[in-house]
Amino acid sequence: MSDTTQNGPVLAADGTPLKRSLAKALRMQKMRALMLIAPLLLFILVTFILPVGDMLFRSVDNRIVQNVLPNTVIALESWDPASTEIPGEAVFAALAVDMKAAAEIKVHTKVAKRLNYENPGLASIFRKSGRKIRKWDVENEGPYKERLIELNDGWADIELWRTIKTYSGRRTMGYFLNAVDMKLGAEGVTVRPENERIYNTMLIRTMRMSLIITFSCILLGYPVAWLLANLPTRTANMLMILVLLPFWTSLLVRTSSWKILLQQQGVINDVLVWIGIVGDDNRLVLINNELGTIIAMTHILLPFMILPMYSVMQTIQPTYLRAAKSLGATNWTAFWRVYFPQSVPGIGAGSILVFILAVGYYITPALVGGTKGTFISNLIAYHISTSGNWGLGAALGAILLAVVLLLYWVYDKIVGIDNVKLG
Amino acid sequence: MKMTKLSALAMTTALIAPAAFAEDMANEMTLVSWGGAYQSSQHKAYVEPYVAANEGVKAVWDESSAEAVAKLRAMNEAGNVTWDLVDVVASDAMRLCDEGLAEEINHDEDLAAAPDGTSASEDFGDLLVSDCFVPQIVYSTTFGYRTDLVGAEAPTSVCDIFDLAKFPGKRSLQKRPIDNMEWALYCDGVAKDDIYDVLGTDEGVSQALAKLDSIKDSVVWWSAGAETPQLLADGEVVMGSTYNGRLFSAIAEQNQPIGMLWDMQSFDLDGWIVPAGLPADRKARAMDFLKFATDTQRLADQAAYISYGPARASSAPLVGKHAELGIEMAPHMPTDPANAGNVHTYDYEWWADNRDDLDAKFQAWLVK
Repeated sequence: MSDTTQNGPVLAADGTPLKRSLAKALRMQKMRALMLIAPLLLFILVTFILPVGDMLFRSVDNRIVQNVLPNTVIALESWDPASTEIPGEAVFAALAVDMKAAAEIKVHTKVAKRLNYENPGLASIFRKSGRKIRKWDVENEGPYKERLIELNDGWADIELWRTIKTYSGRRTMGYFLNAVDMKLGAEGVTVRPENERIYNTMLIRTMRMSLIITFSCILLGYPVAWLLANLPTRTANMLMILVLLPFWTSLLVRTSSWKILLQQQGVINDVLVWIGIVGDDNRLVLINNELGTIIAMTHILLPFMILPMYSVMQTIQPTYLRAAKSLGATNWTAFWRVYFPQSVPGIGAGSILVFILAVGYYITPALVGGTKGTFISNLIAYHISTSGNWGLGAALGAILLAVVLLLYWVYDKIVGIDNVKLG
Repeated sequence: MKMTKLSALAMTTALIAPAAFAEDMANEMTLVSWGGAYQSSQHKAYVEPYVAANEGVKAVWDESSAEAVAKLRAMNEAGNVTWDLVDVVASDAMRLCDEGLAEEINHDEDLAAAPDGTSASEDFGDLLVSDCFVPQIVYSTTFGYRTDLVGAEAPTSVCDIFDLAKFPGKRSLQKRPIDNMEWALYCDGVAKDDIYDVLGTDEGVSQALAKLDSIKDSVVWWSAGAETPQLLADGEVVMGSTYNGRLFSAIAEQNQPIGMLWDMQSFDLDGWIVPAGLPADRKARAMDFLKFATDTQRLADQAAYISYGPARASSAPLVGKHAELGIEMAPHMPTDPANAGNVHTYDYEWWADNRDDLDAKFQAWLVK
């Protein structure tokens, strides 16, 4: 350092300072690398990250209220929601102007739908009034307060105004609060009544059952992977087909087959009754409950556990085991102290794969889970495709994503993500 | 093989010379329906005669009606609506109309009048529940039971569903609050006219759920219409609710030992909507097909393939025999006077307002 300050910077062959020249070369290299991955990066950005981001944004988006009722929102600013009086004529006049404009392009129902999530019954007040207000002359036909209340006495309900006031911001925490069984009202955040609490239960259940499924996959998959890795190649390849065959079969076919096997008049129960293990009037309930989901999903996800375990076990030298035994270890000690630790990266990789897949599953739980064996993803699917409450669906999805990332981080802290190998 | 080549040739000519065909109408249309026996009845009754009359027109089916609302919303946001005519249930049609995703229809101008000159709006009558909706059929959600498993005395009332002493065994119910809550209140002694007033209160919801609680352990919940017929055929349940057409095909076409329990059947409608914002040529084609497919004769023809009642009053007298089985279809229609003695009228508007709220309560009750 002292040299350079005294004699000026070290120069490259072409006379530019070496530091700058090096940085330039490095930048060129980085640019070239970036150009090479650019197509893939762009593809992922456009087809995956942007749509997912857009969907997640809906969980806080509440622009609809300001967009459709701009004058009302401004007029409501001076109204105190804690008061016992409904707003005055100015607010109603603003509402009439907004509603007329909205009804003409049919967007008043959109805001009605948004507010109906928070206060059931609002939708029909907006819908019914919209049809009439469309024909009003909103310039000079007051007083609007009387006319609107005459049109629909719902406008005289103070709760309606509190809801509009509470949800007049451009962003809302309403969906996220709903997704954790809470509610944002005029008097702040409250826990929902007991008979409406559902999402926390479902989230905990999803995590618990996914863990059970992951452990069942480890238990069932480990011996199979071990067998595959230690048999002669010809036999192992034959057996490998048995692992891959269900993997290639349609998910729906496999799930429906489990239905046929597990139901009360199904194959398994029929066989058990025929052998005499269970009575005909006492058939086992194996489906439409948690057990059904666990059985079917363990089977469906098993290849995702076996394959990484198998490829890791293949790399474990059999000589290590022999060496351990020749040094006096029993079969168990040799396995537990020498073989098992080397196979842990495979278990880790398989577990992450199976767990993350299990958390997001919804077709299989929907078909064999009944009411006690469904996952939170079933509720997300319900909100996206049936109820149309995309905001709540997005909030639930965001929470699920956050939980999975959190678990990944915990896993990295405890086991270490470098300790995971796919082969 | 020859046929496909010929039709391929016809297609290419159609593409090369579109001007030769009906002025300013697209030659291809995408129809959306539910798949299965229902869609094939529409294909035979509407599409085949239409294509025969309008050479060069091609109809493509998409079996996405169950997700129609979500998909239309997404298409609308993306500005690329790929569907031309969508078959939806009435409540979905109302939602789509409210959100401006469906085109408003002038029923008298856009649809054919009845043969005797009665205007379309009069012919459809009360069934025109939305400005965007053209009803095709009346179907009902009702109960079927295993004739050999229910004992000597067959169930006659919807309340037998709630009677585990008289009819032990599992029953299947749809995994949603609609209909189930109403049946529960009705069987708990609430008068038919008061059901929605009671259900609108917290106590009413608790009352309905308490009634359902009494059979909760014996219920298998279904979400696809094919499930109950399958569960009945397997003997998994002794009775269960589903769409009446599904039960008809299990009974008449597959000879299953299943009986119909029509008491308190819940009427609903299914029909077409035209997505909003179609280009003029495609819209013209869709409207032309819509006019043809919802005339009196076509609606009556559909009843020859499936036991759903035509939505036009003028079609009812034309309903004949089943196209393949040759049995009289009228007695199997939900609207037949013998079946419609005691019906439950499902209140669309009430459910549109309260669905989200009741769903949360119902789901919370289910997972308990």
